[in-house]
Amino acid sequence: MTYMPKVNRRSFVIGSSAAGAGLALGFYVPFDTDVAHADAVSSPEVNAWVVVKPDETVVIRIARSEMGQGTMTGLAQLVAEELNADWSKVTTEFPTPGQNVARKRIWGEFSTGGSRGIRESNKYVREGGAAARMMLIQAAATAWNVPAVECTADKGVITHSASNRTVTYGKVADAAGKLDVPTNVTLRDPKSWTIAGQPLKRLDTADKLVGKTMFGIDTRQPNMLYAAIRACPIFGGKVQSVAEADMPDMPGVKKIIKVGDNAVAVVADSWWRAKRALESLQITWDGGENAKVSSASIANFLKEGLDAEQAFVGNQTGDAKAALAGAAKVVTATYSYPYQNHAPMEPMNATAIYTSDKCEVWCPTQNGEAALAVAAEVSGLPVAQCDVHKTFLGGGFGRRGQSDFVRQAVLIAKEMPGTPVKLLWSREEDMTHCYYHPITQCKMTAGFDANKNLIALHMRISGQSILATVLPSRMEKNGKDPVTFQGLSPGGPEGAFGYNVPNLLIDHAMRNPSVPAGFWRGVNTNHNAIYVETFMDELAHEIGEDPLAFRLKYLKPKHAAVLKAVAEKAGYGTPAPKGVYRGLSQIMGFGSYVAACAEVSVTDGNLKIHRIVGATNSGHAVNPELIARQVEGSFVYGLSAMLYGECTVRGGAIVQRNFDTYQVMHIDEMPKVEAIVMPDYEFWGGVGEPTIAVAAPAVLNAIFAATGKRIYNFPLRNNDLRSA
Amino acid sequence: MIALSINGKSYNVDVESDTPLLWVIRDTIGLTGTKYGCGIAQCGACTVHINGVATRSCQVPVGTVGSKQITTVEAVAQNGKLHPIQQAWLDLDVPQCGYCQSGMIMAAVSLLKTNPKPTDEDIDAAMTNICRCGTYQRIRAAIHAAADHA
Repeated sequence: MTYMPKVNRRSFVIGSSAAGAGLALGFYVPFDTDVAHADAVSSPEVNAWVVVKPDETVVIRIARSEMGQGTMTGLAQLVAEELNADWSKVTTEFPTPGQNVARKRIWGEFSTGGSRGIRESNKYVREGGAAARMMLIQAAATAWNVPAVECTADKGVITHSASNRTVTYGKVADAAGKLDVPTNVTLRDPKSWTIAGQPLKRLDTADKLVGKTMFGIDTRQPNMLYAAIRACPIFGGKVQSVAEADMPDMPGVKKIIKVGDNAVAVVADSWWRAKRALESLQITWDGGENAKVSSASIANFLKEGLDAEQAFVGNQTGDAKAALAGAAKVVTATYSYPYQNHAPMEPMNATAIYTSDKCEVWCPTQNGEAALAVAAEVSGLPVAQCDVHKTFLGGGFGRRGQSDFVRQAVLIAKEMPGTPVKLLWSREEDMTHCYYHPITQCKMTAGFDANKNLIALHMRISGQSILATVLPSRMEKNGKDPVTFQGLSPGGPEGAFGYNVPNLLIDHAMRNPSVPAGFWRGVNTNHNAIYVETFMDELAHEIGEDPLAFRLKYLKPKHAAVLKAVAEKAGYGTPAPKGVYRGLSQIMGFGSYVAACAEVSVTDGNLKIHRIVGATNSGHAVNPELIARQVEGSFVYGLSAMLYGECTVRGGAIVQRNFDTYQVMHIDEMPKVEAIVMPDYEFWGGVGEPTIAVAAPAVLNAIFAATGKRIYNFPLRNNDLRSA
Repeated sequence: MIALSINGKSYNVDVESDTPLLWVIRDTIGLTGTKYGCGIAQCGACTVHINGVATRSCQVPVGTVGSKQITTVEAVAQNGKLHPIQQAWLDLDVPQCGYCQSGMIMAAVSLLKTNPKPTDEDIDAAMTNICRCGTYQRIRAAIHAAADHA
């Protein structure tokens, strides 16, 4: 079996991607050795995707990261479907990024973000399963000396009916693995799926109930030491000096290390000892110019952009400004949306070991290949002498697409050659050193003609570009960040704007403060949906029309279909329980069409969200139960953000340092969620993120129905819902 | 040396007496099912049972534990049989990322011990742990299911 190709001494281009948006990132990994990676993976391998062991266990290789979204189970279903495997025998394993590089990226993309795991790899993973099935059948046919076309396979058993012979996959896997991988494979019609498309149980639940799942923070290596770190709280600032005080007397402390130019780490024989020693250090920071930045200064900076002349155009039809000038009625509203931390429950961490000829990292990452590139860059070793072992992720939400914590871990390990060191951030470090949800303001202006037809809409976004912080190479030549316009695009498969408005202008005045922005689950659809969908609701009320009927006059068919579905299931238009009010929203994001109908009551200014109905058309539905879970969880993530999510800035640093000041939703605020999964089999959309965006506007529109109050500044907790 | 009883086993640990129990369980003993989330008793990821009572171990100095019996998520299943809470969690596929679920399970087991048939309000009051994936709806359903089948 020659599936471990020799690789020549040359540069090797790795196409990777940003976590959170549908963008390809090209980066170079120096590749100057032909040492094959010897990492333990199961055998015998039929092809890169499938291993069948002699005991009939089917091991399916999963390239994407599992952070709770269930992609591990969904991808396994797609492979097993085409493999005709016995699902009860299926397990999974993660190949390493190093193995992927050594095998010419046979597993394709590792980066996991933008709800792309299944929608962008479904074809090649299904082909991998189908090819393995053909190879297994061919191996049996060859042994029986019969044509392969006379053999069938079902649940891991190959049958030659004519001679009444059967053999299991495990018996022929070794021989199958020696065959050439077929390139011409036919995939099954998704409507005839029996494993994919089914609401199967997750493959990773059992271990999570007994404390067995290994997250990055659980990594243990022989003779491992622990590191605690403190980076300059002011973004862009540096370490000026460290006074070591009485450090040598502290038990278990091994070393104080300056990490890059902006952080100090303490290495000790336990993390608690390292943390305590770190806290005793007198560190002086040089905050530089950014030390003057505050929430107020950022708000002023963005406010100026609302009417600035220069702006990048994301969507334009007709002449919105002229149509507004001639409109019979003009409505405007101005909004603001704050910085937010992803706050995954597992703080950032990575374990690294460095020697003169090897660097290995164990970490919870959404971008294994980027982590590998960082390990190689920082260690100074060839990529082939580095590897990254991906663990389960205790939440990702886009934060773990960045490799800043991997860089720190390798820098620390380099100072302790031969000793594995686990770097763990405190929650306070995590809260204050994020790639935050971008901050924006928005001015919406709409115009109606004399017959109450919506004839013009100008949406001006002022604020931060994610790409400018984390992926400037992906910005357009003129400096435009296309990701800003998620859910607002003229068309295309990713996030088309749903409303047909004859004169439309959506533009972006880019204003990038010093606080770094990043991909935050739902990304730019989160605020874009609030701006568009609460404003559409406001427009309907301004002209005395029902918000559903008003939207349906302008919505494109697929956008309208999910909205109608939630309205019908929620009983929109029929009487709600006493004191309960309904609100609607929709968006297309991450390739899928989603909508929500929320039911709320407001008593003495106190909001209670009773129920939310969500609908998702993701084109295909690989596991409807997994999708329902993503919808349930997305409502929580989106509502936490809308109700409480806010990181404020003082002295160039983030103020909120832990969950006592960065509040999130708890179980007592959980509404009853009903998910409608309605695939139309016409495309492949993502499900991990789109629903987040419709959570907030549906609830906000219901709040208006209940109170007559429009909310323009977020989070909600900064507003008073009591009647005036 | 500090003597501890964790999951029915005796340990002697050489740590400062003010070290939080969480870090002794995780780093000294090596039972990593108990998680660190916030370090200030806000999130509940570190919940263990001390003499059967759900307790946030990040706020318990190890020197104060004495002879009390500590139980972690690794010892909730007995003789290979899942606790009804774990079984309900499995039946409903509650976890997403799973990181908070050890603490959730410890809190739920403790709740059912004192209140075998909790109402939604009882669950709201007892289950104050944070889950960022948003598994709350299934946690609620699983606690009711476990109560019904216990």
